[in-house]
Amino acid sequence: MTQVPDISNKLYINNAFVDSVSKKTFPTINPATGQIIAEVSEAQEEDVDLAVAAAKKAFARRSPWRQMDASERGKLITKFADLIERDAQYLSELETLNSGKPLEAVKAELKAYVNVLKYYAGYCDKIYGNTIPVDGTGFCVTKKEPIGVVAQIIPWNYPIGMAVWKLGPALCTGCTLILKPAEQTPLTALVLAALSKEAGFPAGVINILPGYGPIAGEALCLHNDVGKVAFTGSTDIGHKILEYSAKSNLKRVSLELGGKSPLVIFDDADLDEAVNIAHTAIFENHGQNCCAGSRTFVQAGIYEQFVKKATEKAKNRKVGDPFESNVLQGPQIDQPSLDKILRIVEESKKQGAKLETGGSRIGDKGFFVEPTVFSNVTDDMSCAVNEIFGPVQTILKFNTLDEVIERANNTTYGLAGGVVTKNINNALVFANALQAGSVWINCYDYITPQTPFGGYKKSGFGKDLGADSLDDYLATKTINVLLPVKN
Amino acid sequence: MKILQAGRGIFSRINHIQKSGSFASLAEVKPEPSPNILYSGIFINNEWVKSESGATFPTINPTNGKVIAEVQQGGKADIDKAVNAANEAFRLGSPWRTIDASERGRLLYKLADLIERDATYLASLETLDNGKPFNYSYYLDLDMSLKTLRYMAGWADKDHGKTVPADGQFFAYTRHEPVGVCGQIIPWNFPLLMLAWKIAPALAMGNTVVLKPAEQTPLTSLYVAELSKEAGFPPGVLNIVPGYGDAGAALVANQNVDKIAFTGSTQVGKLIQQNSGVGNLKRVTLELGGKSPNIILADVDIEKAVEAAHSAVYFNQGQVCCAGSRTYIHESIYDEFVDRSVERAKKRIVGDPFHPDTEQGPQIDEEQFNKILSLIQEGVKQGAKLLHGGDKHGNEGYFVQPTVFADVNDDHIIAREEIFGPVQQLMKFKDLDEIIVRANKTDYGLAAAVFSKDIDKINYLIQGLKAGTVWINCYNAFAVQAPFGGYKDSGHGRELSQYGLRQYTEVKTVITSLLQKNS
Repeated sequence: MTQVPDISNKLYINNAFVDSVSKKTFPTINPATGQIIAEVSEAQEEDVDLAVAAAKKAFARRSPWRQMDASERGKLITKFADLIERDAQYLSELETLNSGKPLEAVKAELKAYVNVLKYYAGYCDKIYGNTIPVDGTGFCVTKKEPIGVVAQIIPWNYPIGMAVWKLGPALCTGCTLILKPAEQTPLTALVLAALSKEAGFPAGVINILPGYGPIAGEALCLHNDVGKVAFTGSTDIGHKILEYSAKSNLKRVSLELGGKSPLVIFDDADLDEAVNIAHTAIFENHGQNCCAGSRTFVQAGIYEQFVKKATEKAKNRKVGDPFESNVLQGPQIDQPSLDKILRIVEESKKQGAKLETGGSRIGDKGFFVEPTVFSNVTDDMSCAVNEIFGPVQTILKFNTLDEVIERANNTTYGLAGGVVTKNINNALVFANALQAGSVWINCYDYITPQTPFGGYKKSGFGKDLGADSLDDYLATKTINVLLPVKN
Repeated sequence: MKILQAGRGIFSRINHIQKSGSFASLAEVKPEPSPNILYSGIFINNEWVKSESGATFPTINPTNGKVIAEVQQGGKADIDKAVNAANEAFRLGSPWRTIDASERGRLLYKLADLIERDATYLASLETLDNGKPFNYSYYLDLDMSLKTLRYMAGWADKDHGKTVPADGQFFAYTRHEPVGVCGQIIPWNFPLLMLAWKIAPALAMGNTVVLKPAEQTPLTSLYVAELSKEAGFPPGVLNIVPGYGDAGAALVANQNVDKIAFTGSTQVGKLIQQNSGVGNLKRVTLELGGKSPNIILADVDIEKAVEAAHSAVYFNQGQVCCAGSRTYIHESIYDEFVDRSVERAKKRIVGDPFHPDTEQGPQIDEEQFNKILSLIQEGVKQGAKLLHGGDKHGNEGYFVQPTVFADVNDDHIIAREEIFGPVQQLMKFKDLDEIIVRANKTDYGLAAAVFSKDIDKINYLIQGLKAGTVWINCYNAFAVQAPFGGYKDSGHGRELSQYGLRQYTEVKTVITSLLQKNS
C-alpha cells in the first residue's frame, strides 16, 4: 500500500509543522457539499515574520543551500517530483475534496506537474552568465544569482499546479521561499511541504503559510526582507501588490492576473473540431481558468451552426460529484464565486444576450452551476467584458480578420488567445497582432513545462514556465576586472 | 565543480563526492575483482549479434596481460548493418523522431539510474579491462558519467531555436534538428566516461548513434548497451560495434553516417578529417592529443603546487589527453620544486588496481608500455636528467615506474611528443613573455594551467595561452557544465556544456511569407 503522509493542517516553517503563534485557525470547505473539511492554522503577521526569518537564514552566505552545487539542487527537485508521483493518488483525492475539481482531471494534471518539476530540475545547472567583450582593458563577466527570499501567493483554481509552477523556478534558481496557498485550498500545499521535507530540502528553503490575503499575504508583500513577490490571482489584488512593493522595499514583483481571452473561429475551420476546442477552452476546470477562452468569436458564415453545436455540447456536459468518473464539471469554488457568476448571467440576459442553455445554479448543496451558453452577444455586454470565472460560454459574431483583431484586443486584459483556421495567413496575422502573452493556433490551453506563460497589459507581467520564468528569480551581477593589458 | 585531480588527496575528495550524495549508498564500496563478463557481442537494433565474418578478438587484462574474454570483432559489414539500423531508427515518423524531447531526457535519466544501480559492477569491469584503480573507476569515472548523462538529459527539452526579426514581410524562425546518424569512436583511457560524453548529447538532441569503443576496452560500453535497452531506448537508436581501426574507418567511410565524433590520437584525427572531405562531407568533431603546459610561478605555496603538478601528469597512469606533461617552473623555485617532485613520485603507490591504496595501475597495453619506455630512453639519450623511475615496474602486466625528468629542453622529444604515460618533465623559465611563447610552441592546444596568487600575471597568461581550457590553481578540474576541447592539432568542437549540443544539431531556418508585418 502506498504510504501517504497525514494531512497536516498547520503552518510549515523551517521544515517543521507548527501552530500559528496566536493559535488562530480557519475552516476549509468542501465545495461539493459546503461542509467543513478541517480547521487549518491561520498565519498572521508574526508567523510571516518567523517564516521570512527562516527563509532568510536558509539563504544566508555559506548556508547549506547556498553552498550546494546547482546539479544537487536539481537532484532534490527530481526527488521531490518522484515523491509527488508516488503519492499521486492521495494528493489527487485531497485536491478534489478541497477544490471540487474532478478527480480524473486532477490525476491527469498531476502528471503534468511532475513533469514541470523535472523540467526545472534539469535547468538548475544550465543558468549561464556571460563573459563580455568590454571596451578597454577590462575582463567582464555576468553571474546570474538568485534573488533570495521570495514570497509566492497562489490561487485556488489549480492548487497543486500553481504551487508547482511557483516552487519550480524558485528552487531551480536557488532562492528560498514562503508560499501562501489560497485560503480556499490550503491542504495539498501542506502535503507538498511534507514531501519536500522528505526529499531533503534544507530547513527554511521552503515555507508554506496557509492564511488570508489581507493578513498573511499583505504582511509578506510589505516585508522588507522579502526580495520578490510572485502572485497569481485577480487583477485587483495585482494592483495592491505593486503598491505594497512601492511602500516597502521595492521588491521585485511578477503578476499573473485575470483574462478575457478571445478564441477566434474562422469559416474555414473544421466545425466539429472548432466546437470541441472552444468548448474545452471555456468549460475546462468549470471556467475557473485565468486564460479561459471566454470570448468565442465565430465568423458569420458558420455562426448559426456553431451556436447550435456548441449548445448541444454544453447540454451534454456531465456535472456532478467530482469523485465520480465521467464527471467533467464539479462545483465552483465557493459562494462568492457562485454569486458572481449568476449575477453576470442575469445582467447579460437583461442586456439582450440570448441564453441558449444553462444559466442557473444546480441544486442547493455545494456550488454547482449549469454549463451556460450565450449567443448574440455584443462586445459591451457584461458577459463579454467581465472575467466570469465560471462555465459560461459567450459566442460573438465577426466578419473580417481586421475587425476581429480590433475587437479581440479591445480589452484591458492580454493573457492569451486562440485562432482556429486552415489558412496560414489568417493564423499568422492574428498571432502577430494579438496583444496577449500566449497564442494558440488550432488548439487551446496548450501549456507545457517548456512554454512561457504570462500576460500583456492588465493580465500582469513576468512569466511562469519555460526558460523565461527563471529571469524573474535571478539578478544579474556584472563583475569587471581591470587587466594589465588587453589581448 | 568536482575535481578529477588525482594523487594523495584522492580520499578526501572521494569523501566529498560521497557526501554530495551522488550514489544511493554511501557505505564503503567493495569492488568485485572478477566480475562476470555478460556481454561480448555486437549490439545492433537492441539485439546481440555475432560478427558477420565470425571473427573475434581478445580483450586483455593489462594488470597481467591475460585474456579476459573474446569479443565479437566488428568489421565493415557489421558497421554497415549498424548504420542501417541507426538510419531506420532515424526515419521520419519513427518512434524516436516522434517522441517528446522531454521523453528523450527521461530515457537518459533512466539510463543514468541504471548505471548507478550497477555502479560497483561497472566500475569493477572498468578496472579489470582498463587497469585504472577501482577507487578512480568508481568515484571519478562513474560519478562523472552519471553527471554527464543527467546534465544532457536536462538539455533535451531546453535547446531552443530562435524566432528571427527578419527584414521584409516574413515570419522567420530556426528549428534545432538532430544531425542524424552519428558515428562515435572513443578511446580506452576513460572508456565509460568517454561513452557518456559522446552518447549523452547525441541522444539528448535526438540523433541515433553507432559507437565503436576502443579495442582495448570494449566491455563497459557493451554492458551499457544492454542497460540502454532496459532503459527503453527504441531499437537502432544506440548501436555499439566493438572492433579495431578498420571498423572505425568503415564508419568514417559510410555515406549514410552524417557525423563523426572522435576522441583519440591526432594522427587518426587527421585521417578522419581527410576522409570526411572525400566522402559525404560528414560533420566531424575531434578531441585529440595534447602536450599541455602547467606553469608554476614563483609566488605559489610550493607544497600544494608540487602535489597539483604531480597529479596533473600522473593521474590515470598519465593516460590523459590533457595531462600536464610540460611542467614549467619559475627559476627561483626550480631546484626545490624538482626535489619535492621526486620525493612525491617516489611515494606514488603502484600496483594492484583493486587494492584501495593504489594510486597507479598498469598502462593499457604492451604497445603503449613499449612506447613509453622508448620515449624515456630517448629522453635520457638527448640529455634530460632522469631523477626517478624510467623502467618497468614488476614483472607482470604493463606497469611503468613513475618517472621524473629535470633539465628538460623544449626541443627534447619528451617535451614535444605526447608520452601518455607516468613521465613528468620539469622545465625552468624566467619571465611571463618567455613562458607564453614556449608554452604555445607546440602543435597541440588542449589545456594549460597556471599556479599563482597574482591576479595580473594570471590574467596576462590566460589571454596569451592557446588552449581550449585554462585551469588556475587547479588541474584536471572538470565540470559537465563547462566545455572541453582543443585549439590547433588538439582538435575542434567542444564537449560537455551547452556548447557540446552544437555538434549534434543542425539549424533549419524557416521563413514564411506574411500578409502583414507588425513589430
